Amino acid sequence: MRFSALRVFQQALTGHKGWGPLWRNPDPQPAYDYVIVGGGGHGLATAYYLANTFRQARIAVLERGWLGQGNIGRNTTIIRSNYLLPGNEPFYEFSMKLWEGLEQEFNFNAMVSQRGIVNLIHTDAQRDAYRRRGNAMLLAGADAELLDRDQVRAMIPFLNFDNARFPIKGGLLQRRAGTARHDGVAWGYARGADRAGVDLIQNCEVTGFRIEAGLIRGLETSRGYIGAGKVGVAVAGMTGRVMAMAGMRMPIESHVLQAFVSEGLKPTIPGVITFGAGHFYVSQSDKGGLVFGGDIDGYNSYAQRGNLPVVEDVAEGGMALMPMIGRARLLRIWGGIMDMSMDGSPIIDRTPVEGLYLNAGWCYGGFKATPASGYAFAHLLATDRPHDTAQAYRLDRFARGHVIDEKGMGATPNLH
Amino acid sequence: MLIPHPLLGLRDAQEFTYLGDARLLDRPDGLAPDAAEAFADYVYLRDNPAGLHRELWFHEQGDRSWLVVTRDTVTHEILGAELARDVALARRSK
Repeated sequence: MRFSALRVFQQALTGHKGWGPLWRNPDPQPAYDYVIVGGGGHGLATAYYLANTFRQARIAVLERGWLGQGNIGRNTTIIRSNYLLPGNEPFYEFSMKLWEGLEQEFNFNAMVSQRGIVNLIHTDAQRDAYRRRGNAMLLAGADAELLDRDQVRAMIPFLNFDNARFPIKGGLLQRRAGTARHDGVAWGYARGADRAGVDLIQNCEVTGFRIEAGLIRGLETSRGYIGAGKVGVAVAGMTGRVMAMAGMRMPIESHVLQAFVSEGLKPTIPGVITFGAGHFYVSQSDKGGLVFGGDIDGYNSYAQRGNLPVVEDVAEGGMALMPMIGRARLLRIWGGIMDMSMDGSPIIDRTPVEGLYLNAGWCYGGFKATPASGYAFAHLLATDRPHDTAQAYRLDRFARGHVIDEKGMGATPNLH
Repeated sequence: MLIPHPLLGLRDAQEFTYLGDARLLDRPDGLAPDAAEAFADYVYLRDNPAGLHRELWFHEQGDRSWLVVTRDTVTHEILGAELARDVALARRSK
């Protein structure tokens, strides 16, 4: 079944009786060529691109709960490619280009909306840093514009431009950035993978790996043993727990990040605004809710909920930047578990166990990377070679000293 | 979260800054033959457990002591706190 405007029209006239489930709900087979652990955004995207590379292979995605129950359903939906370092920026720009063709590619409405992102500038030093970042973006084929104060004011006049501590002096704009419907992304990839023959197996928790002489043989799960030729783990948030079953310690800590949404309001915020100096960023969903957040809570956590001091901190950032936000009532607060890596950058690599591959360490930037992460991980699983844009995301880069540290914070996961 | 400081009683966790796993107290020997590998593990690898976690908190807005706090990472329940100095000295005497 292909989705199209014509089909929506026909269904509207016939009582919407012709819509079926988007994917099957199969039982696990005894063995697969490829098993992806984790039915979140990255796992589903990996299965989608893998299946479209090898239509003949037997591929399964194992998910402990339901598809998209983790961070793909908990993020603040921002897509962008405004990174600085050469190990990162080409990868995120590759992701941005995949976003631009995604809905046509998997025939699903992911509500990709390129409404732009502005990073606010408050000091001369910050302007220099953003000018450099903008140039790095341009060199990687992305778009970037440095805005002065008046240009920012013309675009988003409601900000507090004369805050005594952080007066707004300009901004770095990426027009091609924006937002997407996060659940729609997971559903689109799941549907596409299912149509290409992937078994999406829900309520199937991996409880152990069967490894013989350094080679992966299969997985112990809550629904029995499943043999596997190659296993790709994409369980960001839970990476430490899952990889511990393979006897590995990870350069990762799990931390909680909170996000917030207000009641629905009339359209007021044109794109995404980030106030890095005040630990606050905001956009507005198509339903009208202000979607915003700030920093992680800062201590190891698997709780999927945070504490009130960070709520207060984020609210203070919002009030400092756009005082009118004080009139909006908060609708929901939630938390997600972040795979905070030791340099703030992800890992897409082989592991010391032959046939076991890892996709992890996305910190709080995993959503925008979903298409490229899936593509690059599928490329690695299929060819045993890293994708051109993901060559720096090696698991052993920490021991080798080749970290990709955008913020220059060192091995302090809670500061990235 | 309230941290039961061994000298000061219950203190708001906001007075503290967080460093991480208390195993960071066990700094490897820099002169050992395998020091490079030992330090790579020490600096970059973590157990990252779901459940009880012994971790270092610094009382920056208070008496500036380092504590080893035992906390459940799934519930955020804090089960105890000791002076990191006492923990380190006890380990050295073993």
